[in-house]
Amino acid sequence: MNVADVLADKRVCICGGSGGVGKTTVAAAIAMGEAAAGRKVAVVTIDPARRLANSLGLVDLGNEPQLIDPKLFAATDVDMGGELWAMMLDPKRTFDEVIDRLAPDARTRDDVLGNRIYQQLSTAVAGSQEYTAMAKLYELDQGGDFDLLVLDTPPSRNALDFLDAPDRLTHFFEGRALQVFLRPTGFAGRIVGRGTGMVFSVLKRVTGVDLLEDLSVFFRSISSLLEGFKERANAVGKLLADPETVFLLVTSPEREPVDEAIFFWRKLKAARMPFGGVIVNRVHHDLLGGLEVEDATSELTAELGEKLATRVAENFRDYHVLAWRDRVNIERLTTKLEQPRVLTIPHLDEDVHDLEGLARMRRFLFATEAERRALLDEVVA
Amino acid sequence: MLDLLDKRLIFVTGKGGTGKSTVAIALGLLAARRGLRTIVAEVAEQDRVARVFGHADSHFREVELAPNLFTISIDPRHAIEEYLALQVKVKPLADLLASNRMFQYFAAATPGLSELVTIGKVWELAQLQRRTRGAARYDLVIVDAAATGHGIATLRAPKTFADIARVGPIARQGRYIHAMITDPSATSVVAVALAEEMPVTETLALARKLRAELGLELDRVIVNAVYDERFAPREARVLEQALESGGTPLARAALRAALSEHVRARAQRAQIARLRKATGREPARLPFLFDAELRQDAYERLADRLQGVP
Repeated sequence: MNVADVLADKRVCICGGSGGVGKTTVAAAIAMGEAAAGRKVAVVTIDPARRLANSLGLVDLGNEPQLIDPKLFAATDVDMGGELWAMMLDPKRTFDEVIDRLAPDARTRDDVLGNRIYQQLSTAVAGSQEYTAMAKLYELDQGGDFDLLVLDTPPSRNALDFLDAPDRLTHFFEGRALQVFLRPTGFAGRIVGRGTGMVFSVLKRVTGVDLLEDLSVFFRSISSLLEGFKERANAVGKLLADPETVFLLVTSPEREPVDEAIFFWRKLKAARMPFGGVIVNRVHHDLLGGLEVEDATSELTAELGEKLATRVAENFRDYHVLAWRDRVNIERLTTKLEQPRVLTIPHLDEDVHDLEGLARMRRFLFATEAERRALLDEVVA
Repeated sequence: MLDLLDKRLIFVTGKGGTGKSTVAIALGLLAARRGLRTIVAEVAEQDRVARVFGHADSHFREVELAPNLFTISIDPRHAIEEYLALQVKVKPLADLLASNRMFQYFAAATPGLSELVTIGKVWELAQLQRRTRGAARYDLVIVDAAATGHGIATLRAPKTFADIARVGPIARQGRYIHAMITDPSATSVVAVALAEEMPVTETLALARKLRAELGLELDRVIVNAVYDERFAPREARVLEQALESGGTPLARAALRAALSEHVRARAQRAQIARLRKATGREPARLPFLFDAELRQDAYERLADRLQGVP
């Protein structure tokens, strides 16, 4: 597997996976590689490491992509043939912008933006980051300014929610029952039938009247945006299933993230979303090649003395516990995925936090199998 | 670390992938060893705690894993149903509400409701007088909470809803819950970090946000997966020289692995120093475990370590 091949005829690349696996850096390295090859690429990230953001010259402003200064690549082996743009997503601001665009008039917009329930929704509720990430992706795609968009999705299982979110919202807004919330004490409450009327009066007892009123105001004001939301949800769904869109999963070779990647892959498959492959980051490759740690002991002892040699051997053994673990988990991953498209990146010495680190990661992502083997030999031997 | 166990409620949060569950389990083992009836509550619906102890399922059930150690996996749907049953009291009415489609849509579409009922269940577990019929009390509830941003949203939910509702049952209960989680004698928030750039940054941001949004102090930072410093700088130079002088591929690979380890351990020390400087406190450390998979004995070793932390 090679990222350049996977992305050859794509215009949207979504990187998914659980937290802490290096997804942001992989997304940035992919964008860098594609830009180097001559395309105009924007990478949308949620929360990059400060040093990484600094090294790209990114400032926390704008909520729009910024061009990375081409001069910055002079210090790397990257021959920048195209343009690399990057942005940090501000979920609250993006959400507000969606409301602003969809609201029929200024009053409705202000009602929604000022509602406390909305404020809760737009900041930190499960799924809101995912929603805004998709909203931004859709907007950038509509803008048509870029050859390729790379999205670094928010971490965790909630990242899967965006696949269902449009449907859930649409269902809710389409339900006749919503009318009850729009006019809880009025005529509508009486006409929707006794069953619902009873449900409503129980609900009032449970929540208290004020809360119900706030909810009612929230649903009422947001319901006028319903058509817009529905259209948008459909359009985003189409974009996700578009043949020019592809999902790449990023994982580390540890057990839980691999489980998450398998879970995510199943979800993609069920939703018929286009799957490009899995990138396994921070892999401990087997360095023994069929030999034993002990086979190096006498040589190391001669060179380093017994005490230091013992510790070097111990460290080497510990390393191979992880190499063995990684091999088992990667095998599990390849067995579970029906198409075994897996690419591995070795555990590099330091966190990737600058352009040089991204450039190094890019080499692994864009290499052919043979080149990758050679690169690996360079790193480990 | 032992003073932490005097609380009734511990929230374990931190950036995704730092080992929140691992730390929550180790803390749970430590508390149980000391005779506290302890429950580790999960909110991610992964049954991780149960699986470590060879139980398949802890889905909204309080499962005993070991003497004094229990777990439960809390999901919002069950938490809503339970809340309704307690609140409405008339069971058929509660069932009617829970099974009503309109109510289900309402519950799914109301922002923050999942977070509210989740923390409500956590609070219920921590009550001396349990509301759940026939349930025994716990001395300590440890929450394997959601990752940083979402974790804060969960902690904030009771206050938000109490403010909006003003009067009525949700307002009242929201205030109870908020009072408990902001009472430092009852509740502690612990952040788990890795000694890397991003997790340290996120931990510091968490501390700031807790203070600004909830008036809460981050009680402890636990740095997980810390490498031993196996080689002194002088030894590292010896290793470098040996590498330059050639040798068999195997010996060279062993030397490279040793030097990599040295570089990583040093980078970790720099991040721990950054954390120490910013918080003004020495963070607790847990070692990186070179285990292919963390089993119960690994958690016992981590609990031993936590016990030794002042």
